Amino acid sequence: MKKVAMTGNVAVANAMRQINPDVCAAYPITPSTEIMQQFSTFVANGQVDTELVTVESEHSAMSACIGAAAAGGRVMNATSANGLALMWEMLYIAAGNRLPIVLSCVNRALSAPINIHCDHSDSMGARDSGWIQLYAENAQEAYDNTIQAVRIGEHPDLHLPVMSCMDGFIISHSIENLELLDDRQVGDFVGPYKGTAYPLLDLANPVTYGALHLQDYYIESRKQLHEAHKRAKNIVIEVGREYGKLSGRSYGLFETYKMDDAEIGIVALNSAAGTAKVVVDEFRAKGVKAGLLKPRLFRPFPYLEIADALKGLKALCVLDRADSFGAAGGPLFIEVRSALYDLPKRPVAINKIFGLGGRDLGLDDLRKVFEELVTLLDKGQAKSLYEYITVRE
Amino acid sequence: MSKPKGWKDLPEGGLIKEAGNAEKYNTGAWRSDRPIWIKENCIQCMFCWVFCPDAAITVDKNGERGEFDYLHCKGCGICALECPSKVKSIVMMSEAEGAKPDALEKAKAAALKMAEEKKAVKA
Amino acid sequence: MSVLKLKELSKKPDLLTGGHRMCAGCGAPIVVRQVLAAIDEPVIIANATGCLEVATTIYPYSAWKLPWIHSAFENAAATISGVEAMYQSLKRQGKIPADTKIKFLAFGGDGGTYDIGLQALSGALERGHDFMYVCYDNGAYMNTGIQRSSATPFGADTTTSPAGKVLQGKTQKRKDLTKIALAHGAPYVAQASPHNWKDLMAKVQKAMSIEGPKFMNIIAPCNRGWRTQTNDAIALSRLGVNTCFWPLYEVADGVATVTYNPKKNRRPISEWLKPQGRFKHLFKPENDWMLKKFQDLVDENWRSVVGMHNASHPGEQIDPEEGKTW
Repeated sequence: MKKVAMTGNVAVANAMRQINPDVCAAYPITPSTEIMQQFSTFVANGQVDTELVTVESEHSAMSACIGAAAAGGRVMNATSANGLALMWEMLYIAAGNRLPIVLSCVNRALSAPINIHCDHSDSMGARDSGWIQLYAENAQEAYDNTIQAVRIGEHPDLHLPVMSCMDGFIISHSIENLELLDDRQVGDFVGPYKGTAYPLLDLANPVTYGALHLQDYYIESRKQLHEAHKRAKNIVIEVGREYGKLSGRSYGLFETYKMDDAEIGIVALNSAAGTAKVVVDEFRAKGVKAGLLKPRLFRPFPYLEIADALKGLKALCVLDRADSFGAAGGPLFIEVRSALYDLPKRPVAINKIFGLGGRDLGLDDLRKVFEELVTLLDKGQAKSLYEYITVRE
Repeated sequence: MSKPKGWKDLPEGGLIKEAGNAEKYNTGAWRSDRPIWIKENCIQCMFCWVFCPDAAITVDKNGERGEFDYLHCKGCGICALECPSKVKSIVMMSEAEGAKPDALEKAKAAALKMAEEKKAVKA
Repeated sequence: MSVLKLKELSKKPDLLTGGHRMCAGCGAPIVVRQVLAAIDEPVIIANATGCLEVATTIYPYSAWKLPWIHSAFENAAATISGVEAMYQSLKRQGKIPADTKIKFLAFGGDGGTYDIGLQALSGALERGHDFMYVCYDNGAYMNTGIQRSSATPFGADTTTSPAGKVLQGKTQKRKDLTKIALAHGAPYVAQASPHNWKDLMAKVQKAMSIEGPKFMNIIAPCNRGWRTQTNDAIALSRLGVNTCFWPLYEVADGVATVTYNPKKNRRPISEWLKPQGRFKHLFKPENDWMLKKFQDLVDENWRSVVGMHNASHPGEQIDPEEGKTW
């Protein structure tokens, strides 16, 4: 194990180097470009055994990943925003075919208008594709999640693709101090590939992938995917615990910060959670019982556990870095609020859409949110359920 | 086919593990016309084999053509049209006529008639 | 390499079995059977969405006795790229035996190849994967109900280029995909037809002996879309070649060769168009200009192919007018 200073992208590229996948596809898109760019130098220098397929689009990137994974080996890839959008069709197919591809999604806003900075509209749009989704607050978590994603996706009870997300630029391009495991530790942790029970390259046992399923079989296949997602939660916990033993950094379904006796709380994904922790501390210092919950596993959404962790709150705000236009809130809010529904006593829940297209979320923005939550303790009724912050009127 | 399997028993990811199991599927039932093979006219050129869309020409281990595989033959008639023997060794009949016991005799007569007509046209 | 004698080839097991649900008399499975019969090594196939894919793998049945994958419409070339890349990787790493020999094929119709799959095909050809893409060209989106594609011939009546009161079928000429593939510098590019099985199979065998990306464009009549009889797929592919609509040629490492010159068998294009319902309106007296234009397009293409041949074979010149008796 060693301490290094590197950007989120370089950290993920190094995780990939240590995992040493059999095939990777590469297609550039800001801000994920640097991952495959860095990885290409590992390939060029013979530091990995990977066959790099330098495709002509993200659609072909995911298509090549699907072919490679079905052929029978470990496959990884990275993309962002419109790149992920172009892969859309293939994301569903990777999941439907139960191929444990690992994709680093460096979160960036979708067009239009075109923008290269962070929000979660890309991965949130892919939330129903059947992929497992992990979110990371910082480069360390992005590195750790990348390694765990391999074990999660390839688990014999799952065989599911995994999307490992981190915030574009904010994390992907910021240099952070983090700890890398030794190459051998990672190699031992991920182990030999066993994610495809019926590889195409097994000539003695020819199989057909991607057959037409009509009314008589399609729903059974989807039900299998549904059931696999139900099994994922425990596997994520199991892998996170084992990874903790190895690295000293244990992972679960989400992280709670000062939630034990909290009355007001914020739920936020990725780097915003880091900012929120600072404001939680400020309010704690003022005697306000503030806390934070940062989901790590978004798909499948651990709604029972999250409801349990939030049940002591009187008021909470869910921060969404993506809008779900025309819905009853941002994607995270919809999930959290639904999770709370079965609680005998529900906290008041509000939703703020923030930071779209990389707009900064400052400490003052979060102070205002906590102040509003404090007023809700008395009033019990929010003036607005769902609104934008960090936006000019 | 027996009762379709439920989601617990089906292979994951919609995989088909029995490669080529479409052989069990009867596309012969689609036929409205039936090819009749007249062995004595057959020159064993195997054009019917190479032009058949449905792999419905049986071939023995010596490469000798055998009877039609009526489980799969859809009755398109390519084989009959492309059959190059002077007197055709494949003749198309309606499925109903072709299934009768005298079909082969009728086919032979039809093949001869076609050959004579062709000769007459040439002359 | 298998000797190209039907007596021998027909002893080999069929890798595309009967019981698939392509229409009676469809040209595509004939093409596939001939391609597969010509190859001795084990084959893995990626198939684009389309008639061939849909009708051969209606769950729980598969007509493929070899490893086969379909993922989407536009990406057969990208999908097989991934399969081939994994093979190369595992072989290099010693995870599969070094003496393993596998041939990688992609099949797509003209919609999945000329149109929506062109980018993925271009990428795979440029990257140089060791594979062969086979386009079975029936000249329209037949699987969705006969919509025009960029492979649809001029004047053809399709459901999105219907012959109406003002417009008389497709107003544009075909895209020349074979030459586009050639422009990638692929080491082997060819056009073939199932009526000339020996030529088709010889091309497949030649392609298989060459490392790198290969492309074959093969005419595959569709009696539903062409509005013809169920028994004439072979007759119409033969006529397509003899009218020079579908020249048989190959370009191997830059050497272009016309592999069949119709000579005395050459026929005017009207003979190929006449039996096809999709061209019925071309025979109205007021559309005579369309027949002439079609013939001009055919002649222009034939001259271009013959020109490539003549440039490669100074000693074996072909006269593009030869056999044109009308």
